[in-house]
This record gives sequence, C-alpha cells and structure tokens, in this order.
Amino acid sequence: MEEIKYIEPAALRDEMLRLRNEEKMDFLESLTGMDWGVPTEGDAPGTVRGLGIVYHLESTETHERVALETSTLDREHPELPTVSDIWKTAKINEREVYDFYGIIFIGHTDMRRIYLRNDWVGYPLRKDDDPEKENPLRMDNEETVDETIEIELGADGTIKNKKDLIFGDEEYVVNIGPQHPATHGVLRFRVSLEGEMIKKIDPILGYIHRGIEKMNESLTYPQTLALTDRLDYLAAMQNRHALCMCIEKAVGIEISERTQYIRTIMDELQRIDSHLLYYSCLAMDLGALTAFFYGFRDREKILDIFEETCGGRLTLNYNMIGGVQSDIHPNFVKRVKDFIKYLRGVIHEYHDIFTGNIIAQNRMKGVGVLSREDVISYGATGGTGRASGWHCDVRKRMPYAMYDKVNFKEIIYTEGDSFARYMVRMDEIMESMNIIEQLIDNIPEGEYKVKTKPIIKVPEGQYYQAVEASRGEFGVFLESHGDKYPYRLHYRSTGLPLADIVDTACRGEKIADLITVGGTLDYVVPDIDR
Amino acid sequence: MEITKKPKIKDIPYDEFIDNSSLEELVKELNQGRTNVILGALDDVVNWGRSNSLWPLTFATSCCGIEFMALGAARYDMARFGFEVARSSPRQADMIMVCGTITNKMAPVLKRLYDQMADPKYVIAVGGCAVSGGPFVKSYHVLNGVDKILPVDVYIPGCPPRPEAFYYGMMQLQRKVKIEKFFGGVNKKQKKEQSEE
Repeated sequence: MEEIKYIEPAALRDEMLRLRNEEKMDFLESLTGMDWGVPTEGDAPGTVRGLGIVYHLESTETHERVALETSTLDREHPELPTVSDIWKTAKINEREVYDFYGIIFIGHTDMRRIYLRNDWVGYPLRKDDDPEKENPLRMDNEETVDETIEIELGADGTIKNKKDLIFGDEEYVVNIGPQHPATHGVLRFRVSLEGEMIKKIDPILGYIHRGIEKMNESLTYPQTLALTDRLDYLAAMQNRHALCMCIEKAVGIEISERTQYIRTIMDELQRIDSHLLYYSCLAMDLGALTAFFYGFRDREKILDIFEETCGGRLTLNYNMIGGVQSDIHPNFVKRVKDFIKYLRGVIHEYHDIFTGNIIAQNRMKGVGVLSREDVISYGATGGTGRASGWHCDVRKRMPYAMYDKVNFKEIIYTEGDSFARYMVRMDEIMESMNIIEQLIDNIPEGEYKVKTKPIIKVPEGQYYQAVEASRGEFGVFLESHGDKYPYRLHYRSTGLPLADIVDTACRGEKIADLITVGGTLDYVVPDIDR
Repeated sequence: MEITKKPKIKDIPYDEFIDNSSLEELVKELNQGRTNVILGALDDVVNWGRSNSLWPLTFATSCCGIEFMALGAARYDMARFGFEVARSSPRQADMIMVCGTITNKMAPVLKRLYDQMADPKYVIAVGGCAVSGGPFVKSYHVLNGVDKILPVDVYIPGCPPRPEAFYYGMMQLQRKVKIEKFFGGVNKKQKKEQSEE
C-alpha cells in the first residue's frame, strides 16, 4: 500500500512548484481522477471525500517517488488548480479528468473533452452518473470546434472564461484520420500547414474509447484481467503482468520462482513480437513492403510459440492472479531456443534491406527531434524516451520479476530523432534475446500457479505497480475499499503521452514527416483511448 | 424447373461448409421469378470475376486489425483468394471488414465510410466486438454489434478470429457473391399490372 499525502487545493500549486524546483520531481508519472463520493456521518476523521486527483511523481535524478492527492467537495462546479504549466503531460491528462469527472482546472489553456463527443451529457466516471441514460447513439456527424475555453483566475479571486482559438480562420488545416492507414488505428490529427511545413497538430482521440476503466468498477478482480489484453494488444503479456502484480502485491500472494521465470520470458517474447511488428509497420509506412514481409515472417514464429502454450495468438489471457493459466508446453524451451538461434541468423537481413537504405536514412535522420527535457516533461517513456537519452526503463528503475537477476543493457541513444527511436527498438530485440537466453535453461521446477479463491477481496488501500511494456511504462493504479470489485482502477497509458508529443516532434517538419514520426513513436490507439 | 445453383469454391467440397441451407434459401428466393438464360449465364461469368477479386477497405480499429495484417503477410497470404488489393479509400473498395470495436464516437464515421463505398458493397463483421459488442457489451461507449447501423453479410466470431476463420468468412462472402444476380432480375411470373401496383 502506498502512502499518499493529502494537500488542500489552495496549497497545491505551491507544493507542486516546490517539489518540481527543489526536489527535482520532473516526471509526472500518472495523474488519476477520482470520485470519493460525498461526506457521510460515519466517516473516520481524515477520510478524503469529493472529486479529486492522485498525482504520482518521480525524480529522474534520484529516483525518489512521491504520491499526492487533492480533492474538492463542490460537485456542481468542481474546480482545482492546474499543474499543466509545471509538467506538460498534465495538460492532456487533465483534459481526460475533465472529460470523465467534470473537474475544471483553473489556468488550463484548453478545456475541451478529449475522448467523448462534444455533445456528450454528463461525466461517465462519476459514481452517480448514468452515462447511458442521456446518451443514446448519435448518428449525426460530430461538429469539429475550433474554439476552446481557457479558465483564468483573476487577481481578485474571480474566475474568468477566456475564449481561445485552436486554429484561426486564416490557417490552412488538413484533416488526417480517423480512417487513415498511417495513423495505426483510429486516431485523428488536425494539422495546420504553412506551405508544406507543419505549424501545429491537434490530436483528436476517443474513436476507440471503450470505457474500460468504468467497466472495471463492476467487475471482480479476475474478470478485470481479461480487458488488459485488449488495451495494447502488442503488450498483452506485460499489461496483464502489471495488473496481476498489483493485485498480488495488495493481497499479499507470494509467487513461485517458476512463475517469475515464465512471466519474464513471456514478457520478453512479447517485446520482440511488438518490435518486429513495429519494424514491419514503419517500413510499410515509408514504402518498403519487402521489409514488412520479413517482420511478419518472423513474428509468426513467436505467435506459434505463444499459441502452443497459451492457446491464443494475440489476446493471450495467460497471466492469472497468483501465477499463469497453465504450465509451459513441453516443446516450449526447445522452440524458444530454436527461435533465438534463427532470429540471430536473420536479423542482419533487416538491417541490410531497411536500416542501411539511403532513402530510409534520409527520411529518419534528424526528423522529429525530441529533447531530453521534452520527453521527461511529456512523460514519453519507452523507446521514445530512451532515444532521447532518458534512462526510463522500468526494468532498471523498479525491477520486478526476474529483471534484477539478469544482465542486460538499457539501450540509450542521445540523438532523439526518428532514426534513434528506430535503432532503440532494433537493439532491444537483441537485448530481449539476451535476457531470454539467460533464463530459458534455468527455469526451476515448482508450482506454476498459487491456488486463489475465485472471488478475491483486496484490502483497503491504494496501490501502484508499473511494468516496462513494449512501448513504455504501463502503470496500474488501484484503489480498493475492501470489496470484491475495485473502487477505481486506472491504467497509465503508454500511448497517451506519445500522441501528445507528436505536436512537439512535428513542428517545423514537412507534412510527409508526420508519417515517419508517427511510425517511429509507435503508439497503439486502443491503448491511448482505453 | 427447379433451379439448383451451388456456389463452388475451388478445391473445397460444397458439403464442407456448414451453413449451406441459408445460401440455398437465398438462391430459391432470388430465382423465384425465373432467370433469363443469357443473363443468367452472364451473371455467372461476372460473379466469378467479382468474387475472386473482392477488394477490402483497410479499416481496423483494434486487435482484429493486426490479424488482418497477418492475413496480408506471407504465411497466410490473402492474395491466393484475390483479397490482396487492400484499398485505403472507400471509393475503390468492394467490401468493408469491420475489424474491431465500434464506439459511439466512431459509429457515424463508419456509416459515412460505408455510404462512400460504391455499390455493390459488402460488410463483414469481424470479431466479437463487431458482431455483438464482445467483451465490451456493457460499456457506455460501445456499439453492441455493427449490424445496428450497417447491413452485415457475414459474421466472423472470435476475439480475435484466427486467420483461418477470416478465410472461412471471406469464402462465405465469395459464395454469396457467386449466387447474386448482378444484372438484376425481372419476375416473369408476375403480371405487368401486379408489378406496377
């Protein structure tokens, strides 16, 4: 259980500025909206009520972590101060909180809905809201609004709404998506152009928002596991690993060593799978179709291994609370070893056909440069962060499973351009194979699953657990009130900061480079929208 | 004379498909008004061509889209069936494979895409989400089945369906295309006055 310090909204900004400037908490890991209900008479002193936020902060220098919370009791006009000027990632996360809980952030420059339609009624994640009652399926096309509202706090303490324009009338705005093959799913960009140069990008999300976080509140813990595979389906193993670990930590279940080995190997296989797909899609986006076939040819071999043990190809449903669903297949060890030997033999083909290609190099080198400060401020973890020189690998920062017992390098590039982001992934494939080779021969005998009750009750408290998923830090924030259902289960999406940072990466680049940047950032849209 | 027309798929025996009865009913219904010999023969030729070059729209919202990509790659290779020309523009596509969850926000966009496609057009609902809402059936923002907004020709269940299941569904669509009357049909049994009513 985590210690979360309560801060009054009035003191929030001063405390946040102090943490940022004095204690160098420069990474806002997660920002979670909460609805703690209305105060009742039976409340113990110190119980936090109302609509609020939980912040998880980390310092990239000292790796110290701190969690804070704040709340307001006003349900009609809930207002809290913004932190979006301190950490850039807060801007999009606060929009998410506004969308789900209706909390208005004073000082925020862009208070629009992010996932739901502009004409949506109510705030679906509030406990007293019935989203389906007032929101039938609307089949009219959604109006795109160029106007946004900025909430200002005057010197005399009054709140002023200032109208702001996202795109002016004189700007040339091109719409890309939601149905566009280069956006990797149903993501929509509105791009303002100056000739061929990108002036500004406004990402519009929510075309695959399935309300998983709300659904979780009425599912038992073992049932919530099923939905994690469908968030980022190229990190199905890791996502589920995170949620399992979070629940196991909360309940206090000890995991056998055999399970830890299996989970680590599966995570790394999944990472190779994801990076091969990354390579294929990036190459295809840039017009190299042969490379696409190479990547998929080898990816199928991993899927075969998964299929033999888990029974599925994509949504694997393998991790369970207390272990894994079934023991590894007798062929597993041999096939994994064969596969690694095979992949080491063919990986040079990947570099021959694509990495060394002069067109690919020209399109990637120096394109979409992100500085280290930007990736930290936006919270863009994973390959994107490591390509800009940020040591953000959760496997090193907060080791879990077997990662503190194996030797592996954290791949770091400092250029921050598309080519560095691409090379991080290619090198990580090799590192993942290293990790698997260290483990595969030593899987200890033992139980693969600890017996658990079908209905699990998690003790009261707040828990956070992160893993290094295929494309960054995937976090699970769980608040339990001691029931068989979670009170709130929030996922720190790996893709949300990546969709947010596209604007920074693309400014001043050509419109064609948007495809390169999007391809190398490697977002998966269902993971962004949840 | 009873017209019995059995849509053939090369190398797969007719009886290996499990739901032949619905197709047979469709044939019966279509041929109630009898068929012109020449137009019927022309229909067969045109439909043979059409069914073997169905161009799908590249449309994917989530997991099923990755399996759709696997179909395009070397191992499963949908070019064998004539599906390989995946179009990014709805104007050039013959069918839309709804791969993945359709949310309330996406529904008008999908309808618009469908409306932009040129006739004759077909819809395949792929995966549990598109068939019925799947695991997200209780969500506040998910359309429970794409058949609420589009006429669906073939359903492929699964989460996500295996590539083999994709093929089974796509071949069922081919069979459906093969029995259609491309040039339309006039009901010869009906008297002129009756049809004008």
